[in-house]
Amino acid sequence: MADEKRTVSEPAKPALWRRPAVRSVFFQILLVAGIVYFGNTIFQNTLNNLEQRGISTGFGFLDQEAGFGILMTLLPFDETHTYGRTFLVGLLNTLLVAGLGIFFATLIGFVMGVARLSRNWIISRLATIYIEIFRNIPLLLQILFWYFAVLRPLPGPRQSLILNDTFYLSNRGLYMPSPVYEQGFWLVMVALGIATVASILIARWAHKRQEATGQQFHTVITVIGLVIGLPLLAFLVMGMPLSWDFPVLQRFNMAGGMVIIPELAALLVALSIYTGAFIAEAVRSGILAVSHGQTEAAHALGLRPGSTLRLVVIPQALRVIIPQLTSQYLNLTKNSSLATAIGYPDLVAVFAGTTLNQTGQAVEVIAMTMAVYLAISLSISMFMNWYNKRIQLVER
Amino acid sequence: MSVHTPHPDLPPPLSSVGFIGWCRSNLFSTPMHTALSLFAMYLIYLTVPPIISWVFLDATWVGDTREACASSTGACWVFVKVRINQFMYGFFPETEYWRINLAFGLLIVLGIPLFLKRFQHKGKLAAFILIFYPIITFQLFSGGNFGLTHVETSKWGGLSLTLILAGVGIVASLPLGIVLALGRRSKMPIVKSVCVVFIEFWRGVPLITVLFMSSVMLPLFLPEGTNFDKLLRAMIGIALFQSAYMAEVVRGGLAAIPKGQYEAAEALGLSFWKSMGLIILPQALKLVIPGIVNTFIALFKDTTLVLIIGLFDLLAIIQQAFADPDWLGYSIEGYVFAASIFWIFCFSMSRYSMSLEKKLHTGHVR
Repeated sequence: MADEKRTVSEPAKPALWRRPAVRSVFFQILLVAGIVYFGNTIFQNTLNNLEQRGISTGFGFLDQEAGFGILMTLLPFDETHTYGRTFLVGLLNTLLVAGLGIFFATLIGFVMGVARLSRNWIISRLATIYIEIFRNIPLLLQILFWYFAVLRPLPGPRQSLILNDTFYLSNRGLYMPSPVYEQGFWLVMVALGIATVASILIARWAHKRQEATGQQFHTVITVIGLVIGLPLLAFLVMGMPLSWDFPVLQRFNMAGGMVIIPELAALLVALSIYTGAFIAEAVRSGILAVSHGQTEAAHALGLRPGSTLRLVVIPQALRVIIPQLTSQYLNLTKNSSLATAIGYPDLVAVFAGTTLNQTGQAVEVIAMTMAVYLAISLSISMFMNWYNKRIQLVER
Repeated sequence: MSVHTPHPDLPPPLSSVGFIGWCRSNLFSTPMHTALSLFAMYLIYLTVPPIISWVFLDATWVGDTREACASSTGACWVFVKVRINQFMYGFFPETEYWRINLAFGLLIVLGIPLFLKRFQHKGKLAAFILIFYPIITFQLFSGGNFGLTHVETSKWGGLSLTLILAGVGIVASLPLGIVLALGRRSKMPIVKSVCVVFIEFWRGVPLITVLFMSSVMLPLFLPEGTNFDKLLRAMIGIALFQSAYMAEVVRGGLAAIPKGQYEAAEALGLSFWKSMGLIILPQALKLVIPGIVNTFIALFKDTTLVLIIGLFDLLAIIQQAFADPDWLGYSIEGYVFAASIFWIFCFSMSRYSMSLEKKLHTGHVR
């Protein structure tokens, strides 16, 4: 049968426009062309419009004098400072409220998340009620509530609610003593620094030794002793170089001490409570994600309940909790921009609000504001990717 | 030999069954739990009775003026009562309220069959609601033809505006989100990176800056002389913002479809759009309905932000009612009213999404 010819017909080459590779290149060129055209149109329109309105472009306005005051600043600021300075002031205020909010929200969230899983019926019910109420009410509504319905109607400074002659709560804010660092306080800070570095080294050494020999070391007690003891020693040696500046009631207002303005307080309370409810859910889901068998296995190995929690349950729960936690932190930071509704001088209120209105440089201002938030969120998501890679389960 | 007859079982000790037993195991199991329970009860005792008496017992419900509330120590619901029309319909002309009622009534009538198990044409009905219903509603709201008087968007407000913003946000963001999600999973590098940049950009900035941008910058982007409605600008901002979140939800669904489905569709010789439209997306979208509902809840809460650019949604219209000199000092009532409306919507939606999740997650029931 040698002469039987098997003709394997070469598959007909598809037409050019049917080949996947060609099509893919074609569509991508189309997309790029579309985007370039779109971007160019917008760019030209914007230039025309700005010219019509007589607005100059560029970032030169950042060096001009701002000419307005800001309610609360972490940097020295007055009317003679520049618009660039308003950007910095706003940014710092945003970071302040975000940092404090993250701290309190985490605290509330962890307590409530654990409480919701409590065996105690009444405690778990209360935690559930808290979570379900505050998660389902818009954050802006909560901020406005705390500001306009709770803090603003408080009595004036003369009728402040006074606690122990140190804390004064009125519609001007919460006044409290501020620390005054006297000469020699630097040694305390140095001691704290040394203690921190030493603690890290000790913890590493103890971990290594345990891996190698199995011998345990009382790291926690040692570290606590170091971090508290060393600065305390320095503090006593230098003759207690710290005093408090107490707020004093004057004719119309308070003097001295430091103050949490009501805008900051309302924003902080609302952000912490709102985000805390979401964090509580994250914590709960993380703990539930660790199967009960893990706890039982740890008990069977002879670990005590405390060690079980610390060495077995929490590390596995964190794997689920941390990604959700960071996304909540990110949300909190973005949500802090709602400050503009009650006049807390954050980045959006000061820079994208007042500065924009005064200069009219909409494009530059909005772009800078968005860039800040983008930078924050991109760096957090970069951290997340790094973390996820680090803790990924190594499967067999 | 006597047969051994066991004694009848003793009943469990009284202290471990019934109400007492329940209390012992759930409230007072250890000294610490006892202390916690007592503290919690004290807390409830401190807060709940005053709240109940403020909201219900001491509250004023009847009357039309501020004087009706003068003597009571509780809430003054009269404030809400006299303004309820404004809170619901905004500044819409009173004679035209029926148009809003009709629009939302129509939605309810159309929506009910979607939840009936026996109804056969859910897909077609959903498509009708997503495509034609918005057109009908726009006609009803805006008017201008079919003998309806024209109502400017600046008169829209209250709860109806909140619902419209949320509805437009979800309807517009769903298709855009699907396209973005498909683009992000595409093998074409440029398409993929464009989608990634788009999604991450919108997800990285707060909605307020987006709204600022849409109200301040959008007019700059358009050719001279084009004038855009303020409401429309807000809607565009919300839709773009929301589509990025929607894309991430849809992407989760696409990733959950087993690879065999993609390969099977390819083996059948289906084109990309056919395999997506007929095989992958129907399965993926069904999987992510809970996620879509959750983004909708977030969107619903976020619509309150339009207050900042000067639109009168439910929260904004209540907020401006506090400035009425006849009704100064009733802000708590207003906020409680707004909060309970938002809460009812969001809570019921979240319950719905949870029950869906349970229904769809049949594989992991322990």
